[in-house]
Amino acid sequence: MSSFWAITSATLAKDLRLEWRSKDAINSMLFFALLVVVIFSFSFDPTAEESRHIAGGLVWVAFLFAAVVALNQTWAREMRNAVLDAYRVSPAPANPLFLAKAFGNFIFVSIIQALMTPLFTVFYNLRPLGPAWQLIPVAILGSWALVVNGTFFAAMSLHTRSREIMLPILLFPFSIPALVAMVQATNTILTGQDSAKFWIVLLLTYDVVFTVACLLLFETVLDAE
Amino acid sequence: MKKAFPILAILTAALLGYAFYEAMFVAPTDQMQGDVYRIIYYHVPSGWTMFVFFFTNFIASIVYLIRRNPKADAVAVAAAEVGLVFCTVVLVTGPLWARPVWGIWWTWDWRLTSTLVLWLIYASYLILRRFSTGGQTPVLAAALAVFGALDMPLVYFSIWFFRTQHPQPVVGGGGSIDPSMLRVWMISWAAFLCFGWLVFWLRYRLEIFKREVEETHSLEAMLEEPRFR
Repeated sequence: MSSFWAITSATLAKDLRLEWRSKDAINSMLFFALLVVVIFSFSFDPTAEESRHIAGGLVWVAFLFAAVVALNQTWAREMRNAVLDAYRVSPAPANPLFLAKAFGNFIFVSIIQALMTPLFTVFYNLRPLGPAWQLIPVAILGSWALVVNGTFFAAMSLHTRSREIMLPILLFPFSIPALVAMVQATNTILTGQDSAKFWIVLLLTYDVVFTVACLLLFETVLDAE
Repeated sequence: MKKAFPILAILTAALLGYAFYEAMFVAPTDQMQGDVYRIIYYHVPSGWTMFVFFFTNFIASIVYLIRRNPKADAVAVAAAEVGLVFCTVVLVTGPLWARPVWGIWWTWDWRLTSTLVLWLIYASYLILRRFSTGGQTPVLAAALAVFGALDMPLVYFSIWFFRTQHPQPVVGGGGSIDPSMLRVWMISWAAFLCFGWLVFWLRYRLEIFKREVEETHSLEAMLEEPRFR
């Protein structure tokens, strides 16, 4: 068990160090999310009172699109110099690699959220009328929902033609329940009209179900030949 | 196969014709909706048939993941394709019916939305099969089918609570149905199941033949004398 976490932390540390030096994923995600915010603002009046009702949707669509940018780069690094093949023939189990990649993406998406949330608040004139602290579990569970399946589907699309387009094609339909839950949770908190508890529980269920499914099936997918 | 197929095809065609006759001429006209309701005999049986095939796909995918039997994978791909066709029929006949009855083509009611999401999930499944190269396709597809089966309950659940303002479904929303209508319904469903099964069987055979041809080709390529020396 200790070797499990040793592999996870070593891979995670390596990915974070690489990202710290290049800042590829963070920069492209940040710029992408910014573009989505600005472009959305042209499609309706962002400061109107009604936009509070759709703000949750906007925020999460921006994060979803930005997450795809990072997720697509997850495994690309391991393809160069056949690192992934080397990992497969090594005696190391597959799941620590998956967890490390998922944690890495989770950290990137969380950083983007931390940086973008103030910007959203300013641009869209947001002020939560409900309990604002609930946005934190929604953000954590929502990001994990996107990232855990995204990392898995990114590994799947490694074996496909036109890899980059394959990821959103797989990820978006499967994320619909999670997206409904995170958008609804955010909207109910922002408008303060209802309790977000049900949606948070739904998100938690989604996270648990798919984390288990990913861990059970990742080795199968990685070794698919 | 060669002998059985024409016989089964004729029987299925006869059953479909009989179901059409029953649906159009024998079944009583609906009090509220008039004749337009008769599309129910196509809409609902297609939905049930779709679930039968998607469930077949799920079982076949599980079997493939455990046993790695190529036949299970052929069943999975055939079932997914036929299921998607029936899902499309449901999604097309729905709006055709909704327009005269509800006055709108589409509403984001939970039944409609969840069927659409189901369609999207299986479309992405078939796209994955199309785009993945080489021998990994069956494994990846089977894993995705399992994900789809896990996803659907959550989809139903989330949309059910999301779209609470939905108009009550005309059928199955606690309403009762005339026994003579139910009878025609079942005849229609039997006809659709036979038709779906026939197409599924053809598609399955085609998949098996396709693999045999591919194997023969690759074997020939291996045994061939190198032409350029």
